[in-house]
Amino acid sequence: MRRIGSTRLAAVACASVLALAASACGTSSGDGDGGGAKAGEKQGGFTAPDVPMAEAIGDPEGQVSILAWPGYAEDGSTDKSIDWVTPFEKESGCQANVKYFATSDEAVQLMKTGEYDVVSASGDATLRLIAGGDVAPVNTDLLTNYGDIADFLKDQQFNSVGGQMYGVPHGWGANLLMYTKDVVSPAPTSWGAVFDGASEYAGKVTAYDSPIYIADAALYLMKTQPDLGIKDPYALDEDQLAAAVDLLKAQKANVSEYWSDYLKEVAAFKSGDSVIGTTWQVIASTIGDSVEAVLPEEGSTGWSDTWMISSKAPNPNCGYLWMDYITSPKAQAAVAEYFGEAPANVKACDLTSEGFCDTYHVTDADYAAQIHYWTTPIEQCLDGRTDVTCTDYGQWTTAWTEIKG
Amino acid sequence: MTVLDRRPGLRVGLLLTPPMLWLGVAYLGALAALLIASLWTQNDFTGHIERSWTLENFKTLFTVDVYRTITLRTIGIAALVTVVDALLAFPIALYMAKVASPRMQRILVISVLTPLWASYLVKAYAWRGMLSADGPIAWIAAPFGLHTPGYGLPGVIITLAYLWLPYMILPVYAGLERLPDSLFEASADLGAGAWTTLRRVVVPMAFPAIVAGSIFTFSLSMGDYIAVKIVGGTSQLLGNVVYDNQGAANNLPFAAAVATVPIVVMLAYLAAVRRTGALENL
Repeated sequence: MRRIGSTRLAAVACASVLALAASACGTSSGDGDGGGAKAGEKQGGFTAPDVPMAEAIGDPEGQVSILAWPGYAEDGSTDKSIDWVTPFEKESGCQANVKYFATSDEAVQLMKTGEYDVVSASGDATLRLIAGGDVAPVNTDLLTNYGDIADFLKDQQFNSVGGQMYGVPHGWGANLLMYTKDVVSPAPTSWGAVFDGASEYAGKVTAYDSPIYIADAALYLMKTQPDLGIKDPYALDEDQLAAAVDLLKAQKANVSEYWSDYLKEVAAFKSGDSVIGTTWQVIASTIGDSVEAVLPEEGSTGWSDTWMISSKAPNPNCGYLWMDYITSPKAQAAVAEYFGEAPANVKACDLTSEGFCDTYHVTDADYAAQIHYWTTPIEQCLDGRTDVTCTDYGQWTTAWTEIKG
Repeated sequence: MTVLDRRPGLRVGLLLTPPMLWLGVAYLGALAALLIASLWTQNDFTGHIERSWTLENFKTLFTVDVYRTITLRTIGIAALVTVVDALLAFPIALYMAKVASPRMQRILVISVLTPLWASYLVKAYAWRGMLSADGPIAWIAAPFGLHTPGYGLPGVIITLAYLWLPYMILPVYAGLERLPDSLFEASADLGAGAWTTLRRVVVPMAFPAIVAGSIFTFSLSMGDYIAVKIVGGTSQLLGNVVYDNQGAANNLPFAAAVATVPIVVMLAYLAAVRRTGALENL
């Protein structure tokens, strides 16, 4: 199954590239090292198809179809006081039709229908949308708030190609290491506490339940076993994936349970069923003082979401107006506080509650640089290697099933 | 009306058309669509389904060890849950059918049904609390130097046995209720004690009803994934593999292939129990 998938992947990638097919399928321009380098320099054989970019924002069409993560486009229907869509509608004259999606894969599929104008895509979906020609390059000159977006979120390998942005950054967060202060001592500073040292808290360790968690193990191996040659936790060849799988299988013996629903993790830490494991800042804040969430010395994985516009958008003008509005300080502050993440627009910090932006390290570029943002693992190694084939998300999914056994 | 009065065939036909359409199109049709989807494959990059015929999904299912392990684990759990439920349900059903006063009988039937009125999720999360490290089970077990089983396969078996117990009690109760009291008297007249009557008269006659109940508990356990997510710790059953492949990886064809396993197991089970007369007891 996977073999066929991989072959097709290459075919699709090549076919989707019009202008630069040769370079896309053959050569690499990568120098591949670390995270945060300019796009295009280190995207392996990845080149975007030729999709035209908007030159100006015309008259609003009167409506816009928004595809969003739950919590990103609240119109007061969940909670009367949580509403930043209605002000947008009044301001722009665009009626907002919001559809929520549950997974990145669902977002990718829905965007292919061409019925939606904008999408809040996470890093594990963006490359697929760009490569498939489903989203258009974004003319950032048309967005009045773009200048206030933190620089370290721009021109990343998952939201731009060759220096051309494919959207506007919305918010980000890190996957942190959380532990119960009373039980776990001394305070851990390394992911080793949930890998090599996990047996100390056997039966009380927790981990994120998704194939993308393999990247957390890869990140740890990248720092502790340089011999494996891992340069990017999302670009693993078969040997490197096998090493990460072995590490996770060993970890499993000490894991109490995996979590994907964040309320489940809150409950597990409150009851003492879990005492150490991976988390989000919003979870640690919910639990309170009994736990501590730290960014370990190896850095961490994390997410960075981007508002992108469909290449077939029926209402591109309202789409641009939405992208500009949702990245305005006021909307950013509202979403960030409701959802629990760092806003991309640093001016939002003037409007958030006391201490919020410090907790989420909003303006801390050094902190953000230690985060390896979620990216779809694809066959063309994202770290720029061309002498090997990397493992794709399908193989990661299979591997995750095997890890859980 | 006169036409319908004169033509009984037409009358029956009109009466049966809507339910047969439902059964054929919506019910079995969805199942057929699933089976067809299992013969397709998925493009890993675009996430699109490739509609070309292939047995690759089934090949993966049979050749990768982890799926065999999960299948056997799922069947084992379903069988254990069924046995636990049968052992718990039989005395309760016997008391309800043959010992309790009519008033008590009604009260008991209602108490057996009551948990069915509460949401599945509430009950599963209640067991999450029970099994927790600071939950009631840990509290009761502590003085005896014991621990809560925690989250894992024992927790799954306990929770599923709790969830499906009414589906076992009610058919067994219905089956025992049909047993004429004269049989008990005849057995006593022939010199049998209570234990012998139970073993040689009641259990054999109630057996089809127990098997009927087991069809519910077994099939419901085979397909469950929510309880496993809530109290199962790190373990996974077939339902979780289906969910993960469809929900996370968006691989409908492979999820469909995995979903055929419980169908095949249930068909084999139904074929095996057909001769016990259990199907007449449903």
